[in-house]
Amino acid sequence: MTSANVAFTLSNVSKTYSNGTIALQDLNLTVKDGEFVSLLGPSGCGKSTVLRLVAGLGQMSTGQLEWGDAFRHKLAFVFQEAALMPWATVEDNVRLPLKLAGMSKPLVKQAIAEALALVDLQGFEKSYPRELSGGMKMRVSIARSLVTHPDMLLMDEPFGALDEMTRSRLNSDLLNLWQQKLWTVVFVTHNIYEAVYLSNRVVVMAARPGRVVADIPIDAPYPREDNFRTSPLFTSYCRQLSDALAEATQSPAELSTEPRSRYDVVNSIA
Amino acid sequence: MTNLLGNLTNSRRSTNPSKSGQAKQPSGVLAKLLSPDVLAPIAVGVLVLLIWEIGVWATGTPPYLLPGPSLVIRTLISEWGTLFPSLMITLQVTIVAFIGAIVSGLAVAILFTQSKWIERSFFPYAVMLQTTPIAAIAPLIILWVRQVVEGDQATFVSLVICAWIVAFFPILSNTTLGLNSADHNLLNLFQLYHANRWQTLRYLRLPSALPYFLGGLRISGGLALIGAVVAEFVAGTGGTRSGIAYQILMASFNLQIPKMFAALLMTTVSGIAIFAILTWLSDFLLRHWHESAIKREN
Ligand SMILES: Nc1ncnc2c1ncn2[C@@H]1O[C@H](COP(=O)(O)OP(=O)(O)OP(=O)(O)O)[C@@H](O)[C@H]1O
Ligand SMILES: [Mg+2]
Repeated sequence: MTSANVAFTLSNVSKTYSNGTIALQDLNLTVKDGEFVSLLGPSGCGKSTVLRLVAGLGQMSTGQLEWGDAFRHKLAFVFQEAALMPWATVEDNVRLPLKLAGMSKPLVKQAIAEALALVDLQGFEKSYPRELSGGMKMRVSIARSLVTHPDMLLMDEPFGALDEMTRSRLNSDLLNLWQQKLWTVVFVTHNIYEAVYLSNRVVVMAARPGRVVADIPIDAPYPREDNFRTSPLFTSYCRQLSDALAEATQSPAELSTEPRSRYDVVNSIA
Repeated sequence: MTNLLGNLTNSRRSTNPSKSGQAKQPSGVLAKLLSPDVLAPIAVGVLVLLIWEIGVWATGTPPYLLPGPSLVIRTLISEWGTLFPSLMITLQVTIVAFIGAIVSGLAVAILFTQSKWIERSFFPYAVMLQTTPIAAIAPLIILWVRQVVEGDQATFVSLVICAWIVAFFPILSNTTLGLNSADHNLLNLFQLYHANRWQTLRYLRLPSALPYFLGGLRISGGLALIGAVVAEFVAGTGGTRSGIAYQILMASFNLQIPKMFAALLMTTVSGIAIFAILTWLSDFLLRHWHESAIKREN
């Protein structure tokens, strides 16, 4: 499953927003084909920015993004906010990528049904987003990303709005799908347990400026059963990551700036 | 087989809101008419009219200074034959100008969002249209139109142009704002799926702009009527196709103040009707998704 082929490489990437915020500085990251990589870091460290750059949304200030193979990946993006069209029903929201691609009608119907079944939202086709709960909106957003049968998923805290039980259930489902479909996944989270449970590798980022501070492979075989969550191995990885995170949030750059950074520290612990 | 996000919520099909759940208000129209939203303003109106009528009667004010409401109504009925056709002419002007403003406002707004350069170069001139006092340029417009159009039609055309000038800008500026207000995440999504300009416009920008556009309509509908009336005041022409403003003008010259009030009343009621229709249209089109048209449920 994890072949040695490089999916993409970000080298020496910096990103400065127009208001002067340095979101990323000298960031290097390589993701291999079929890999499940999590980006872990405190709020505001630039995780979403990395994902957007990989998707080609927005320009990097310096550095470059190189794709491994000549062939372009079929990307799907799950945004941090559900980003649904409020005027369209669930069905029409999920249909959007197919409509934009000009897919023919009969195939569309089936693809939508499949995608909605995947996130267990059958029966809600005609509902409007405002009639759904936060978690359900997020599931619609995930269905919309899966409907095109992508081979690379960029997911920005897709389960952030969900309760712990739901989240762990979705995590297993996502892993199963990942193994079946041979996706490459870049998964943003600030939940340590989630990161360890899911990933081949966890990349820890620090803020101000956003950069990679640790790159920790999780050497545990798939499929990962629920008892992996209670194993000593799992616990030790979690400790390792939380140490790395703590270090990341207390870097000298952080200590030198005042109240703003303290807020970030609190955020990352929460 | 694998159920990503499987069986997780308890809010499942059993509570599916898709059909049955969207509770309709029990007894529609009647309940609405009896709601405080309707009753309260009616009560205020009746009270004011009562005070007005009694005041006029008690102080013995002559009708050529201030007619009581009952006299206005009686005049309205007796003069209906002359006033109503005039109102129709004015409404014709209003509607033609309004439709013109809708079509041109929408088209220009779309043009603006296709290129920042076009917007930058032309927007100031659109603002000029708005800030030019219509009463001041109406005579010019009438003069010019007479050079091109013959006879009775000339007045009609110039009135339409004046009303259009007044109604155009709110639609243009609101729609431009709306087209530019599309959610950035959704814009990103469209870019990600390689949507072309037309698709982005059709499926994202236009729906996003709809609430703003409808807001513009509600402002412009009334303005078109005012524009038509003001322009006719300035034009001051009689002829076979004279509008309600002409009736107001003539009535005031002849000191037929009750008739003037009746004509004013007709104009005002028309304005309110236009606003009510557009408000209803807005609520109807936005009923499924926009906050403005949705009841809050907490
Ligand atoms: N459009 C923007 N304009 C200016 N600054 C921005 C913009 N988007 C993000 N930033 C800044 O860039 C930094 C990184 O933002 P980013 O959204 O990538 O963080 P994040 O790691 O995804 O945080 P979170 O976990 O809270 O989502 C932040 O300091 C933020 O203030
Ligand atoms: Mg983010």
